[in-house]
Amino acid sequence: MFRMAFRNLGRNRRRTLFSMLAVALGTALVLFLAAFVEGEIRGALDLTILLETGDIQVRAATYDEDKFSLAWEDLVEEPEQVAAQLEDLPQVRVATPRLRANGILSARDQTAGVTVLGIDPTSEASLPFAHGIVDGMFLTADDREGLLVGQPLAESLGVGVGDRVNLLVNTANGDVDEQTFVVRGIFSTHTPGYDKSTILLPLAKAQTFTRTEGHASLIFILLNDRQQADALAAAIQDPRYEVLTWRDLNELLIQTESLANAYMVVYYLIVIAITASVITNTLVMAVFERTREIGILAALGMMGRQILSLFMLEATLMAVGSVATGLLLGGASAAYFGVHGIPIGDIGAQMSGLLFGDAIYPYLTLDDTLTVSLIALGVTLLAALYPAILATRLEPVEALHAQR
Amino acid sequence: MEEVVRLENVTRVYKVGDVETPALRGLSLRIERGEFTALVGPSGSGKTTALQLIGCLDRPTSGRVFINGRDVTDLNARQRALLRRGTIGFVFQFFALIPTLTAYENVELPLILSGKNGRERKKRVEELLEAVGLSHRAHHRPDQLSGGEQQRVAVARALATNPSIILADEPTANLDTENGRQVMEIMQRLNRETGVTFVFASHDPRVIRFARRVITLRDGVAVDDKTLPEVTGEEQK
Repeated sequence: MFRMAFRNLGRNRRRTLFSMLAVALGTALVLFLAAFVEGEIRGALDLTILLETGDIQVRAATYDEDKFSLAWEDLVEEPEQVAAQLEDLPQVRVATPRLRANGILSARDQTAGVTVLGIDPTSEASLPFAHGIVDGMFLTADDREGLLVGQPLAESLGVGVGDRVNLLVNTANGDVDEQTFVVRGIFSTHTPGYDKSTILLPLAKAQTFTRTEGHASLIFILLNDRQQADALAAAIQDPRYEVLTWRDLNELLIQTESLANAYMVVYYLIVIAITASVITNTLVMAVFERTREIGILAALGMMGRQILSLFMLEATLMAVGSVATGLLLGGASAAYFGVHGIPIGDIGAQMSGLLFGDAIYPYLTLDDTLTVSLIALGVTLLAALYPAILATRLEPVEALHAQR
Repeated sequence: MEEVVRLENVTRVYKVGDVETPALRGLSLRIERGEFTALVGPSGSGKTTALQLIGCLDRPTSGRVFINGRDVTDLNARQRALLRRGTIGFVFQFFALIPTLTAYENVELPLILSGKNGRERKKRVEELLEAVGLSHRAHHRPDQLSGGEQQRVAVARALATNPSIILADEPTANLDTENGRQVMEIMQRLNRETGVTFVFASHDPRVIRFARRVITLRDGVAVDDKTLPEVTGEEQK
């Protein structure tokens, strides 16, 4: 029966090929879409964690993230010590204090609202900035006059390395202070939304400028294994601090992922329904073309169940072949763009609250691959069921009298 | 003699919309084991319908059909399929081979359906292709065979499961005289050698002369039933 089914596929090679191509392309498309969305969310999450939230944040229990409060009671006291203690934990790769403040940067007649981030330039956690220098140089810990400006911000203000800029910040006691800085370097994290609104200062300078000496907004922690965040956060609870994990800090992104997954199911169904209709169509045509032959098989004593099996076997061969091809196509394109990325420019910058890079790197998970394969196979076989049943319903006498 | 087929007052009425067309109007006949019988008559006389009822491909509107003494009138589709598989072989007017299978595989198909093992199948297929003189064409597909060769493969396939009865509907209608004669000779020889019952429908006098018994149908009933002296292929020439 396998031989018959296999050869039947070769009868109208072009039609079989086009039908298989439809399923293959449908599968490839769905697989690529799944990888694209996964890559998008994963990329955004990785960037957000790396640049903004860390795997874990420790901050004062009263800290209000939305206000960037600089009042001493809202900050972590002796942050270097706290960070050093945390860094001693085996799960922690790096722990570093960071200070965040609102500011206004002006150059010539241009101004922009910015987030001022005080970082320890020597910390491993600052490497994404150090590696992202596109012009000029990175900060040193004892620099008292220099700052780094994100590339799109520098472009919109029209400033370059060595230019003087005025920075206005809120201070711990609620006043406003202003100082002139020199642009030491321009950085790009390839995250337009972040780069156009962030300037970097050495932590010590940021603290003296905002009158928060000996304090930091938060301890930024990266772990060796992100999945340990919940366990570690539970272990380091302290009434003085609020300990938040990347899950707590990226709720919006995680919700977006769930929403995207829900949309993906709709995409799956649309694409696969279209390809399934091609399979149904092909097999219905095959049944009509082979009506007399079905009559012969019935006359030879082939039972309805066996005729059904024959058509289902043909569909299975088609489905397996085309889904495998689709996986190969979709997997290869996801792998290619997973390395080279799909440039999206600063579209990501338009989405407030989320950090998207300037390129999306599709990421194919085993889970998605299995889901797509099983859905494609299942739907294809389901689509074959109607024509197969149609074949079994033919009356032998009528089938034998068919013109073909 | 042992009865193989018995029709008792069988009618078959086809309905197309509101129009009823009677194909058989009370046909009764009895065929014994080993017969080589022709059902003859003009078009529309009910030959093909009678063969379909004997072959359990169809069910009568009324009357009873017996195969090997068993009443098969009310068998369901599955039971009829099982009966056909082991008891009845078919040769059709069109060369009803499966186009994707070779001559060998076409003959093998009923044996696969009957659950015969590989060795048994091989032995039987080779034997049958030899019997119809097509051993050398075993691995050709139907489109690589002539009409006569295809019909000989169909005869071999009909015999594969050692059925009690082989039904042939106008087996030579699509063949030229020489090929038609060859096919009839083969059927006649196999009937003699294996004792299998052959019933064929035809209105070709050259074919009918091979029969040892001729049942004439007209308007769905048997109007004549004659036993003839055996005619051989040589005499046909």
